[in-house]
Amino acid sequence: MIRARSETLRSEVVRKSVKPSPSIGGGSTSGQASHERPTRKVFDAVSEKRTFEAELHPALLTEEMVLEVDGFSLFYGAAQALWEISMGIPKGKVTALIGPSGCGKSTLLRSVNRMNDLIDTVRISGTMRLNGDAIYAPGVDVIELRKRIGMVFQKPNPFPMSIFENVIYSLRIDGERKKSVLEEVCEASLRGAGLWEEVKDRLHDSALRLSGGQQQRLCIARAIAAEPEVLLLDEPCSALDPIATGRIEDLIEELKGSYSILMVTHNMQQASRTSDYTAFMYLGRLVEYGPTEELFVQPRLSETEDYVTGRFG
Amino acid sequence: MSEVLEAPVPQSRRVRRRASQRATSLFSNGEPMVWLTGGALALCVVMIVGMLCLVAVQGSGTFWPRALERFERLGASAVLGEVVQRETYEPNAAAFAGRDEATALELRARAERAGNVAERWLVRTENFELTGTHYTWVSDFEVTARSQPEWALSIERREGGPFYGELVGFDVGGERVATEPGAAWALFEEHLPAVVERVEARRAIERDEIGRVNRALEEQRLAVRRAELEHGPDAAPTRAARELAAAREQALQSEFQRLRGEIEALVRQNERFGLMIESADGTETRIPLGQVVRAFPVNQLGLSGRIGVYGARTAEFLTDEPRESNTEGGVLPAIFGTVTMTLVMSLLVVPFGVLAALYLREYAKPGPLVSFVRIAVNNLAGVPSIVFGVFGLGFFCYFVGASIDQLFYSENLPSPTFGTGGVLWASLTLALLTLPVVIVPTEEALAAVPSSMREGSYACGATKWQTIRRIVLPRALPGILTGMILAIARGAGEVAPLMLVGAVKLAPELPIDGEAPFVHPSRSFMHLGFHIYDLGFQSPNSEAAKPMVYTTTLLLIGIVVLLNVVAIAVRAKLRRRFQGAQV
Repeated sequence: MIRARSETLRSEVVRKSVKPSPSIGGGSTSGQASHERPTRKVFDAVSEKRTFEAELHPALLTEEMVLEVDGFSLFYGAAQALWEISMGIPKGKVTALIGPSGCGKSTLLRSVNRMNDLIDTVRISGTMRLNGDAIYAPGVDVIELRKRIGMVFQKPNPFPMSIFENVIYSLRIDGERKKSVLEEVCEASLRGAGLWEEVKDRLHDSALRLSGGQQQRLCIARAIAAEPEVLLLDEPCSALDPIATGRIEDLIEELKGSYSILMVTHNMQQASRTSDYTAFMYLGRLVEYGPTEELFVQPRLSETEDYVTGRFG
Repeated sequence: MSEVLEAPVPQSRRVRRRASQRATSLFSNGEPMVWLTGGALALCVVMIVGMLCLVAVQGSGTFWPRALERFERLGASAVLGEVVQRETYEPNAAAFAGRDEATALELRARAERAGNVAERWLVRTENFELTGTHYTWVSDFEVTARSQPEWALSIERREGGPFYGELVGFDVGGERVATEPGAAWALFEEHLPAVVERVEARRAIERDEIGRVNRALEEQRLAVRRAELEHGPDAAPTRAARELAAAREQALQSEFQRLRGEIEALVRQNERFGLMIESADGTETRIPLGQVVRAFPVNQLGLSGRIGVYGARTAEFLTDEPRESNTEGGVLPAIFGTVTMTLVMSLLVVPFGVLAALYLREYAKPGPLVSFVRIAVNNLAGVPSIVFGVFGLGFFCYFVGASIDQLFYSENLPSPTFGTGGVLWASLTLALLTLPVVIVPTEEALAAVPSSMREGSYACGATKWQTIRRIVLPRALPGILTGMILAIARGAGEVAPLMLVGAVKLAPELPIDGEAPFVHPSRSFMHLGFHIYDLGFQSPNSEAAKPMVYTTTLLLIGIVVLLNVVAIAVRAKLRRRFQGAQV
């Protein structure tokens, strides 16, 4: 037993020490010299503990932004998790955040609706604006702010109540009592989340009896019931099987246009299938951000190419 | 597996390894621990089940009418009663004492013929006023005849305990109208309903009418006292109040006399009828019908008749007031007191405990102070309950209660209203005692609510309180109810603190009744746990009260189980509502 543990420990140490070398090496040796891309800038920035100027594609300039992030840094106590991120999230489009684990995708996402406020040690600098309104200004009412932003989490988290009550939760906490309004919103949201046909006959059953995929679509219905200005999806499919994942992806496709979506995903196929724009992050820095197709097919930085082609991460 | 391991190991090491394996295998494969843990559990189960079985068997047998047996004894008077126990023993000199020499010798010879091993029976003979004892030992060598007399009557009386004897006649106004048992029994059955009715009428007068008169008299006294406190002892209004009270008192006194007359008439009417009973030693006793609660020729009863008696006795036990310093009659006031106190306690402790746990878990910033508070709360559960009783007496009764008396019931002083033990103070004391029992499981239940649910709620724009009220509390409700169940189980069985803050030996006035204002939180009350203690250790004859101790214990356990089952059913229903197929 003890020996087994020490072996795993050792192998972890080995893996950790070995891991960066192929990626760095990959960046330089795999070459693809024809493209002549600048290399190793991110790794230099990381090792020198400084910020990194992201590569932003010009296509972004034509978009109207629903959310603007400017020089945003975040610290967990002494550790810096985000390094002066500056980016805009286009209105009515799907933007995907990709990057290896621990790169700060989820932290950035949770900063948008200030979920990080729940952690005592978090400090931030820089600004974020939602349709021009500062998110981190001193007088901002966080409760009101969150009502303008919908969020869906990694694991389906339906509340311990009926399907109906789950969907209209945000209206309930606003004190809406009119039954006709509640029912209308419930139906519209469930239709929007593609769940109506499956649950219309058992709206008053416990939401916890639904399958995992249905629960996640219920969470999406709950998020869009408040008609949010931006919808945050934090790896919405990571806990689901491929069929449920496919349904959620179709749903994201359908929601595109009516909602501005910012999603975190670990799955690069998913990012390439569903998103209009993709941002690649690495160790708290935004590396490259542009239209999904460009980023996957013609990335400007070799680090991005290494990541999207699977050489590291 | 072992072959694979052994293959590369050199011969000498392999041998050593095998040896060491054998030495440790007993513990390493865990077999002894299975036996140890299983044995510990089995021991617990055996002890608990054994205790419950003892209580159940002894407790449920109390009301079963056993046959009355008559033992004719050599050199001693005959004995009539129920055999409650039998054993074999070796008779010594004491067994033959108290008889003349010839009889003692004869008895000794008989015992020796049987190999100096004798059987003896413990006979419950009752008739305490005649024999001065409830039980008699009867040995087999002294018995000359043993029978079950047809007309042996088991009589339960309102005063003086049961009476066993053979029916010999029926008496009306000092005249024996029947001398033959069958006829006497027919007359008894004919007259008993009317007599019982008169007894009930008398009780009603004593309880309601005289109670009303007494309250009115008290009212007058208080009115005078109030006037004295308000205007001074010699002021004109005080004098007027005093005169008015005196006039009213006159009327009430005459009313009182009239009621006493009515009662006396009823008693006199009942006195005319009497059962003539011959007890085993040949004494004839007249038992007035007004004294009879129930009488039956037990040896003539079939199974259905005995079941009927059993049912009637059980019903009396559950629905009547106690008699004979609690050793007979029912325990209704104690049942009522126990249930009321437990429910009031739950109503007080659950909201308090949940609020405290909410603050500790949801609002307080974790730190040394919170840890200290949590440890203190946990330790509160270990404080001896009598300490809570002393605190309840000192704080609730003598401080809070006395202050309430000063403010609102000053005319009653020096006799206290709230300034003494009462059902409210008892409930509060027990609520304090059971607070940690609620806080600890509630805190655990709150901690077990997944943070993803809270985050989901916050992300919808809910405030902290909205999240707690709509997500956290419903989800934690089964855990909170677990705390309540534990509190009920703990509180309903607690006796020591209650003896200080309101449980009394006899309190026929219930804390909730039909008399305005219907709820009397200041009244002292009876409690089944205290009743058990009182029966077993404070009654004049604890040996005779033993069966009732078992029965009352069985009832208390039954009530606690019932309260728990209700709470568990509610919890199960909530669980079904909040937890689906997938968790």
